[in-house]
Amino acid sequence: METARPMSMLVRPPEAAAPAAVAGEAVRSTLAPAPKLVVEHLAAGFGRATVLRDVDLAVPERSILAVIGPSGCGKSTFLRCLNRMHELVPGAWARGKLLLDGDDLNAGDVDPVLLRRRVGMVFQRPNPFPTMSIRDNVAAGLRLNGIAGNHGEIVERCLRQAALWDEVKDRLGASALSLSGGQQQRLCIARALAVEPEVLLMDEPASALDPIATAKVEDLLHELKARYTIVIVTHNMQQAARVSDQTAFFYMGDLIEVGPTDRIFTAPRKQRTEDYVTGKFG
Amino acid sequence: MGMTHTDRVYDKELQDLRDQLLAMGGRVEAQLAASVRAVVERDPALAEQVKRADAEVNRLEVQIDDACRRILALRQPAASDLRFIATALKIVVDLERMGDLAVNIADRAIDLAQAPQLRPFHDLEALADLTQAQLRKALDAFVRADAAKAEEVIAGDDLLDALYLKIFNELLAWMMEDSRVIRRATSMMFAAKHLERFGDHCINLAEMVVYMVRGTDVRHPHSRGTPGTT
Amino acid sequence: MRSFRLRKARNLAWTAICGLAVVAALLPLLSLLWLVVSKGGAGLSPRFFVDLPAPIGEPGGGVGNAIAGTLLMVGMASLLAVPVGVGAGVFLAEKGDGKVGSVVRFTTEVLSGVPSIVVGIVAYGLVVVPMKRFSALAGALSLALLMVPPLARAAEEFVRLVPSTLREASLALGVAQWRTSLRVVLRTALPGLLTAVLLAVARAAGETAPLLFTALNNQYWNARPDQPTASLTVQIFNYAISPYEDWHRKAWTAALVLLLLVGALNLFARVLARGRLRGAR
Repeated sequence: METARPMSMLVRPPEAAAPAAVAGEAVRSTLAPAPKLVVEHLAAGFGRATVLRDVDLAVPERSILAVIGPSGCGKSTFLRCLNRMHELVPGAWARGKLLLDGDDLNAGDVDPVLLRRRVGMVFQRPNPFPTMSIRDNVAAGLRLNGIAGNHGEIVERCLRQAALWDEVKDRLGASALSLSGGQQQRLCIARALAVEPEVLLMDEPASALDPIATAKVEDLLHELKARYTIVIVTHNMQQAARVSDQTAFFYMGDLIEVGPTDRIFTAPRKQRTEDYVTGKFG
Repeated sequence: MGMTHTDRVYDKELQDLRDQLLAMGGRVEAQLAASVRAVVERDPALAEQVKRADAEVNRLEVQIDDACRRILALRQPAASDLRFIATALKIVVDLERMGDLAVNIADRAIDLAQAPQLRPFHDLEALADLTQAQLRKALDAFVRADAAKAEEVIAGDDLLDALYLKIFNELLAWMMEDSRVIRRATSMMFAAKHLERFGDHCINLAEMVVYMVRGTDVRHPHSRGTPGTT
Repeated sequence: MRSFRLRKARNLAWTAICGLAVVAALLPLLSLLWLVVSKGGAGLSPRFFVDLPAPIGEPGGGVGNAIAGTLLMVGMASLLAVPVGVGAGVFLAEKGDGKVGSVVRFTTEVLSGVPSIVVGIVAYGLVVVPMKRFSALAGALSLALLMVPPLARAAEEFVRLVPSTLREASLALGVAQWRTSLRVVLRTALPGLLTAVLLAVARAAGETAPLLFTALNNQYWNARPDQPTASLTVQIFNYAISPYEDWHRKAWTAALVLLLLVGALNLFARVLARGRLRGAR
C-alpha cells in the first residue's frame, strides 16, 4: 500500500544535482569573495586510527562556515587541524594542505605557533585564565608572547568587538572568574581577537551557555563576520542554520556535503545529510 | 537507515498530516465530480449537497494549517520535512480554493436547472473529466512523491486550456445566434471558467510536488532566484 | 513502610559507626597534643625561644640556637630541594608520559621509600667524610634529599590539576609551549606548589635521624654552614635520652615548640591551598 509508507521513503533528496541549483551556485561562487581558507585532501587521526578522510573545502573571506555532524564524526578534529592544535595530542597526525591566503600552513617547516596567531580559537567551555584580571585576560595573547606595554586601547577595542565592554568597563581589574558563563565566553572571544587573527575557530562556543547568553554570542558572530572568517563547530543544527553562510556535514570522518546553509537545510543533495538534518539518525 | 525519524512520534505526526492532505484531496475530487454531475444531470438537490459538504473541506483546511504550524513550532523541520510542510501549507490553500470552485459550479447547476435545458453539451463533460484527471494525477504525484508525474500534470494544462477556449468560442457563437440563450450560456461559460481555474490550482499543486521532491522551485521560471541565493 | 524504617535504622547505624571511626582517628592525635601541652607547657616562656641551653643544674636556658639551626638547615635544604623537586614535578606533569618520565617517577618513588637514617648516612658519606667535619651543610643536604620526592609528587599532582583547557587557550593564542608551561600552567598551579613546598618544609623540620650524624649538635649559636649546628629535633633527642629530670621537662617544651612551628606551617599551607582552589574554579 502506497499510503502506508512513511513520508520519508517517498520524499528523497535528489542525489543527482538539480541543474537550476547548480547554475545558481556557480553564479554565486563567482560573486563571492575569494576563499580565505582552503583545505585540500586533509586527513587526520591518532596512531593507526583515521578520524578524518580526504576533506576538501574552502571558506570564503568574511563568512561563517558551520560544521555539523553526530558525535565522533570528526568535526572537532577537523577544527583542531585548522590551527594545528590537533597535532599536540600524542600520536596525532594530519596530512594534506591547509592554505591560508594561498600559503600552505600545514607544511613541515611552518611553525604552528605563528599559524595560531593568524587562526584564533574559542573553546567549548569558557576558559579564561583564572589568575588574571579581565584586562589581563584580553591582553594575555600579547603579554604571554612578551609584547610589553599598556594594552589599554587594544583591550577596549576587543572588548567592544566582543560586545562585553559596557558590562565590564568599570571593573577591568576584577578576576575573570567573577563574570557569568556567557560573559566569560565573550571574554575568551575578546582574548582571541586581541592577537588580531584572520580566522576565528569556534568549538561549540555556546554549548555551555543558557539561551540568552547563546543568543548574544550568535548575535556577536554576525558582527564579527564583517572582519573575520569564522569556522564554527556545533552540534546544534538550529544554531548552524541561524549563524552560518555555509554548512559542512561530517559523518564518520568523511565530509559528506558542504554548501550554502539554506540549501543544506532545505534541499540537501546527499541522503546522509538529509537523514541527519531531519533527525533520522540512530 | 534513513527510513524513519529517531523520534517516532515526529514520524507519526508527519504521516498524519499527509493522511489529512490526502483525505482533503479526495474530498475535493468528490466535490468536483458531484458538482459537474449536478450540472450535467440538472440535479439541484445534488448541487445543494455539494454546497453543504464544502464545510468539511474548510474544516480540513483549518485542521491541516494547525498541524503544520504545530510541527513548525515544535519540530523545526529541515530538508525534506521542511519542504513537505511548506508544500502542505501551500497546497492546502489550493485545495480549499478548488473546493470553493466546486461550490461555484454547484451554484451554476442550480441556476441552469431552473431554466429549460440548453442543448446537450459534451465538451463541458470532457473538460470536467480532464480537470478531474489532472487533480487525481497531481494527488497521485504527491502521494508517490513522483516529480515526473507532477510535470505531466503541468504539461497537461495546455490541453485543458485549449478545450476551455473551444468551449468559450462555441458558447459565444450560440449567444450571437440566439439572444435567448445568453443567460444560460453565460452560466455555462462560468462553469467552464471555474473548471479551467480548477485546473490551474492543480498546476500549483503539481509545482509544489516538484519542489517537495527535488528541492527546486519550478514556478515562474524567469522571475525567481534559486535556492542558495539569499 | 517497613522497609523505609529499616533503611532509616540502617542509615543511623552506619552514621554512628562512621562517627566512632572519626573519634578513633582523632583520639591519638588529641592525646598526643594533650601530653605535649601538659608536660611542656609549663616550661614555655619568651626566654625559652631565645636563650642558649643551660648546663645541667643551672636554672633557665632555652633552645634559641636550636630553633635558629633548624631554620638555617631547613632554609638551605629548601634552596636545594625546591628547584629540583618542583622542576621534576613539572617535568613529570608536562612531559612525564614517556620513558624518561617513568624512570624519573620510579626514582622518586624509590627515594621516598628510603628510611631517613639511610639518607643521613648518605649525606655523611658525601659531605661529612670529605670535609672531615659535621656541618649544617651536611644536615641541609640530608634534609633536601628527603624533601625532593614528596615535593616532586605533590608538584606533579598540582600541575596536573591545572585544566588542560587553560594550556590549550594559551597555545591557541599563539604562545609557545615553554612560555605556556611557565606563564600559564606554573602560574596557575603556584598556590598549590607553595602548599607542597610548605608541607615538605614542615616534614623536614621534624626530621631527627638524618641530622644525628650530619649536623650533629652545637651548644652555641652558629650561622656558618660548615660548622656543626643545633636543631630542635636533635636537641629534643638529646634532652630526652639524658638522665636528668630537668632536661626531660625541657625536651617536652622543645617538642611543643617544634609542634607549634610545624603546625603553623601546615596551617599556612592550608590557607594557601584554599586560595588555589578558589583560583581554579
